[in-house]
Amino acid sequence: MLHIKCPHCGLRSQNEFSYGGDATVKRPELNKEVSDQDWDNFVYLRKSPRGKHLELWQHISGCRQWIKVERDTLTHEIFKTLKANEEV
Amino acid sequence: MSENFRLDKGGLINRNKKISFNFNGKKYFGYEGDTLASALIANGVHLVGRSFKYHRPRGFFGAGVDEPYAIVQMNRNNEVDPNVRATEQDLFEGLEAKSVNCWPNVDFDIGAINNFLNKFFPAGFYYKTFMWPKSFWYKVYEPIIRKAAGFGAASIKHDKERYEHKYEYCDLLITGSGPSGLASAYAAAQNGAKVILAEDKSRFGGSLLTSEVTIGNQSGQEWAEKIISELKLMPNVVVKNRSQVFGYYDHNMLVMSERISDHLPKTKKYSPKQRLWYIRAKEVIISSGSIERPLVFGNNDTPGVMLSSAAKEYLKIYGVLVGKKPLIFTNNDSGYETAIEFKKNGIDPIVLDTRKNPNSEIIKEAKDLNINIKFSYVVVAAKGYKKVKSADIAKISEDKKNISNIENIQCDCICVSGFWTPTIHLASQSGNKTKFNEKIDAFIPSQSKQKETTLGAANGIFTLEETLKTSFKKGSELSKQITKEDNKVSVPTVVEKKSSNHDKFWCVPLPEGKNYKRFLDFQNDVAVSDIQLALREGYRSIEHVKRYTTLGMATDQGKTSNLNGLQMVSDVENKVVPQVGHTTFRPPYTPVSIGAIVGREIGKHSKPTRKSPMHYWHEKNNAVFVDAGVWLRPRYYKQGNENLFEASKREAKNVRQNVGVCDVTTLGKIDIKGPDSAEFLNRVYTNAWLKLPVGKARYGVMLREDGIVMDDGTTTRISENHYHMTTTTAQAANVLSHLEYYLQLVWPELNVNVVSSTEQWAGAAIAGPNSRNLLKKLFPDLNVSNEGLPFMGYMEGNLFGVNAKIYRISFSGELAYEVNVESDHGNYMWEKIMEVGREFNIQPYGTEALSTLRIEMGHVAGSELDGRTIPYDNSLDGLVSKKKDFIGKRSLSKTAYITKDRQKVVGVIPLDKKTSIPEGSYIVKDAKAKLPNPKLGHVSASCWSVEYDNPFSLAIIKDGKNMIGQKLFAMSPLKNKIIPVEIVSSHYVDPKGERVRS
Ligand SMILES: [Zn+2]
Repeated sequence: MLHIKCPHCGLRSQNEFSYGGDATVKRPELNKEVSDQDWDNFVYLRKSPRGKHLELWQHISGCRQWIKVERDTLTHEIFKTLKANEEV
Repeated sequence: MSENFRLDKGGLINRNKKISFNFNGKKYFGYEGDTLASALIANGVHLVGRSFKYHRPRGFFGAGVDEPYAIVQMNRNNEVDPNVRATEQDLFEGLEAKSVNCWPNVDFDIGAINNFLNKFFPAGFYYKTFMWPKSFWYKVYEPIIRKAAGFGAASIKHDKERYEHKYEYCDLLITGSGPSGLASAYAAAQNGAKVILAEDKSRFGGSLLTSEVTIGNQSGQEWAEKIISELKLMPNVVVKNRSQVFGYYDHNMLVMSERISDHLPKTKKYSPKQRLWYIRAKEVIISSGSIERPLVFGNNDTPGVMLSSAAKEYLKIYGVLVGKKPLIFTNNDSGYETAIEFKKNGIDPIVLDTRKNPNSEIIKEAKDLNINIKFSYVVVAAKGYKKVKSADIAKISEDKKNISNIENIQCDCICVSGFWTPTIHLASQSGNKTKFNEKIDAFIPSQSKQKETTLGAANGIFTLEETLKTSFKKGSELSKQITKEDNKVSVPTVVEKKSSNHDKFWCVPLPEGKNYKRFLDFQNDVAVSDIQLALREGYRSIEHVKRYTTLGMATDQGKTSNLNGLQMVSDVENKVVPQVGHTTFRPPYTPVSIGAIVGREIGKHSKPTRKSPMHYWHEKNNAVFVDAGVWLRPRYYKQGNENLFEASKREAKNVRQNVGVCDVTTLGKIDIKGPDSAEFLNRVYTNAWLKLPVGKARYGVMLREDGIVMDDGTTTRISENHYHMTTTTAQAANVLSHLEYYLQLVWPELNVNVVSSTEQWAGAAIAGPNSRNLLKKLFPDLNVSNEGLPFMGYMEGNLFGVNAKIYRISFSGELAYEVNVESDHGNYMWEKIMEVGREFNIQPYGTEALSTLRIEMGHVAGSELDGRTIPYDNSLDGLVSKKKDFIGKRSLSKTAYITKDRQKVVGVIPLDKKTSIPEGSYIVKDAKAKLPNPKLGHVSASCWSVEYDNPFSLAIIKDGKNMIGQKLFAMSPLKNKIIPVEIVSSHYVDPKGERVRS
C-alpha cells in the first residue's frame, strides 16, 4: 500500500485516495474547434510509461482535493506531490 | 501409549504439565511447551502424511516454518483448520489433528500407486497428459486430480472465529528474535525508538536456544531471556511471539499475522483467533536467520530423513530423540553439533562427512567424545518405506564423481546438513536485488531498495560475535537517525566454537544401475530427474523451469528446495548459480489464513450499511428491504400473505389511483454555491442552465467526456447563487468527484463550491392524483395549486413546526412532489404524511413499485444509463443543446454515435400479453436462426404494467426508432424462453406527460 503525502493533509495511506490518471492531459478549451484526432487523443489515448509518471489522485477520504503525484510506475517511488494548481 | 523417544530430562518443556491429544484417531501424551511435531516424535510417530504427487510416505523434515511435509488438518473447538504445520502448532489439551493428502488413511493410501506409476508422472505431466480429448478435462481428469491432489479440506461452514486487523506505525520493525533481532532491538530501544519485535515461534531467542555459546557470563539461552524480559518492560517496545511478518510491500508497509489463540483449546472471550497487523515502519531490520539446506541422495524423502538442525532442536528444546540409531550426513561442521548432542544424551551417532580431512574445534570435540566419523563418505540411498530402516553408504572420490565401497548400515534416522541458506525472502520482496555469495553458496541481500537492513545469518553472517557486533551497531545507528538520541550500548564478549569451511558438494551421484528418486522439492515432489527432463525439453529460464516442474511453488515457497534446485540447473547447464539467478520471492512468506485476510469485514460488515431516518418505521410496517448500493431500501411493504409481485402491484396501483409515499432519502444530493454556479451547471449538463429562475427545478443529463451518459437528476435554484442538485443513488459519489475534478483542475477560475448534502436531508416522494390534496393539508398556509406551485416549481414551507423544502418533481409520471426536511425530522415528517394522508388512502410504496411506475412511463434509469449509452439511445437527445458547449459534447458527433440505425430505447409487449419477459433477454428477428442468433439489443427492464394489467418491458435495440410496430422475439437462453413480442413506444403510459403537469 502506497504512502502518499497529501499537500494539504500530510502522509496518508493509499486507501484514502482514488486514482485519477495522467495529470499532464489538458482538456481542450470549451467552444473551440477540436479536430477528431485531437479529441480522440484527449479522451482515449494515454501513455503508460515505465518510470516517472505525473498522475492525479483525489484524497476522497480526506480533504477531497485532487492532487498531482509524481510516481515511478515501476518501483512505486514517489518523488513529489503537488497541489492541483502547482506545476512540476 | 508411552513416550519412547522422550529423554528423562532436558528441554524447555514443562514436564509438570502432561497434555493428552489425538492424532489420526489415536490418543497420545505430550507436555506443555511441545509442538504437535515434537509430541508425535516423542511417541515414535513419524508417518504423518503422504506426498503431493506420488503419495509417498511423509514424516518430519524440519522443526519450524520451513517444514515441507508435516501439514495436518486440525479440528479445534468444532472448527476445521486445514493445512497447519505440525512443527508450528503448540500442543494443547484435547488437540485433534489428522493427516492430509491420503485416502483412505495414511498407512494405506491408494494414491501411492502413483509412486509405482511414476513413469507417467514426469515434470509437466499435467500439461502433457491431460490435454485431450478436451471434454475429458472437465469430466474425467479434473475431478480425479482434485481428489488426489491438494492438502487439507476446507470447511464449507461459516467460520465462527473472529479475526481482526490492526494498523500500526513504528520506528523500527524487527523480524525475528534471534541474536541479530535481540541485539538490534535492544540497541534501538535504548535510543527511545518505537520498536516492534516479531517472532514467528512461541519462544524468543532463535538460534540462541539451541547453540552452545556464552554471551558475557551467561549461556545464549539465558542472555536471550534476559534481553527479552527487559524489552518487554520498556514502554516503547512491542514484543510479539507467534507472529510472522509475511509480506514486505510498498513504502515500508509490512504485514504480520499474529496467531493469538491457535495454541489454546478455545479462543478466549473478547479476543480474536488471529490478528493481521499492517505495519508502516520507518526502518525495517530483517533478522530472519537462515534455514539449513538438505543434501540430495536416493530416497531422501523417506520419513526419518530430516535436517540435522531440526534433530538438534527436538533434542534441546523438547527433550525428544528423533531416533536411537542416528546417521548424520553433513558437508560442514553443523552436523557435528547434532552428533555431540546425541552423544551427550547417551546415543551413539555415526557421522558421514563428505569432506576429506576437515579440522576444527568442534570436530576435535566430536573425536574426543569417541564419535564414529567417516570422512569422504556419503549416503547413497535411504532404505525403508514408511520409516528409515537402514542406509546404503559409500566412499566418495576426491572429485566427488564416483562412489565405491557401497555398504548397508542400520540406522533409524538420517540427519542431513548441507550448510545454511539465509532467509532473504523479505529483503527480496522489498525490491532488494540480491547477490550470490560464493563463500556460503547462497544469495544474500545487496543494495537496499526500501528502508530495510538485513543482519546476522539472514545476511550470511554465521558467527555470533560478528552478528552481535553488527546488530548492536545497526540498531543504534538506525534509531539515532530517527530519535536523535545516542545512548551507547556495550557489546558483550562472546565465546563460540570456530568452524571450518563447508564442502560445496551437495548431490550424491546415483550408483550404477540404480534409479533412486532424489528429491529437491519435498512438498511438490520435484526430483533431480524432473529438472533434468525440463532442461532436456528446452526450458532454460529458471522461472520457466520453476513453473514447468513446480519446483519451489508449494506452500513452503521453496524454503528448503530453492538453492538445490538452482544448483541442479547450474550443474546441468554448466553455468554458475548467479548466472541462473533465483526466482522472484513473493508474499506471503508463509500461508496466511483467509479469515485473517478478511478480518471483521464479513457478511453485513463487508461494507457499511446506510439506513434512512425512516428505516425503523419501514421495519415496523413490514417492509422487505433490498440493498441499493450501501443503502437498505424498502422493496415492498408486505400485507398478509402477499408476495413481492402482489404487493408491488398493489402499491403501484394505489399511486396511479390515489396517492403513495416513497422514501427517497437515498438520492444523492449536492449543494452548489457561488457566483459562477449557473455557468458551471451549464458546462456540466447537456441542456441550458443560464436562464433557470430562482425557485425553479430543471431535469438535467450529464455526460462523460466520451459522450456516454453519466447520470441524470434534477437541480433546483434555491437562490441566486445557490443550487440543490440531486443524483441517482448509485452515482452520488462519482458525480461529486466528477464535479470536484472540473472545479479544481479544469476550470479553477470558476468561483463555485460543491459539497455532499445527502445525509442532511430526509426525502419523501408523494405521488398520485391525490397528492395535491394531501399537500394542501400538510401545508395549509401555502398556495400549492397548479399556478402557485407549477410542475418543476420549488417552495419552502412549515410542516407542523418543521422547516421543509417542496419540489414539484416526478419520477413516477404522476402528479407528484418531493418533500425534504432535515434528517433528524425525517421520521416525524413521514408519520405526519401517513397520518394526514389516511383520508386519501395513502400507502407507502417500495422500490419495486417505483420501478414499475417509471418503466411503464418510459423513464430511463440505471438499467438504461448503464455506461454504454448516449443521450440519443435513451431518447434524451431533446435535452442536448446545440448552441452551447458542455462536457462530452464533442464526442457526440463521433461516427458511431450518429449512424442511422443507432440503438434506441423502445417498449416491448409480449404478444400473448401474459408472459413476462426476463430482463437481459435478447431481441432477435428470427427465433429459429442458427446460433449465435444476431441480436438487435437487449431487454433492460421489465415490469407488470398496472395501467394496462399486462407485462411491459424496456429494451435498447438497434434502429429502435424504426422498429415501432414490428413483431420480433425476446430470447432468454438463460431461462430457456422464446417469447413473441411487439415493439411499441417506450412511453407506454401518458405519452404526452399530461399527468405531471395537471
Ligand atoms: Zn488531503
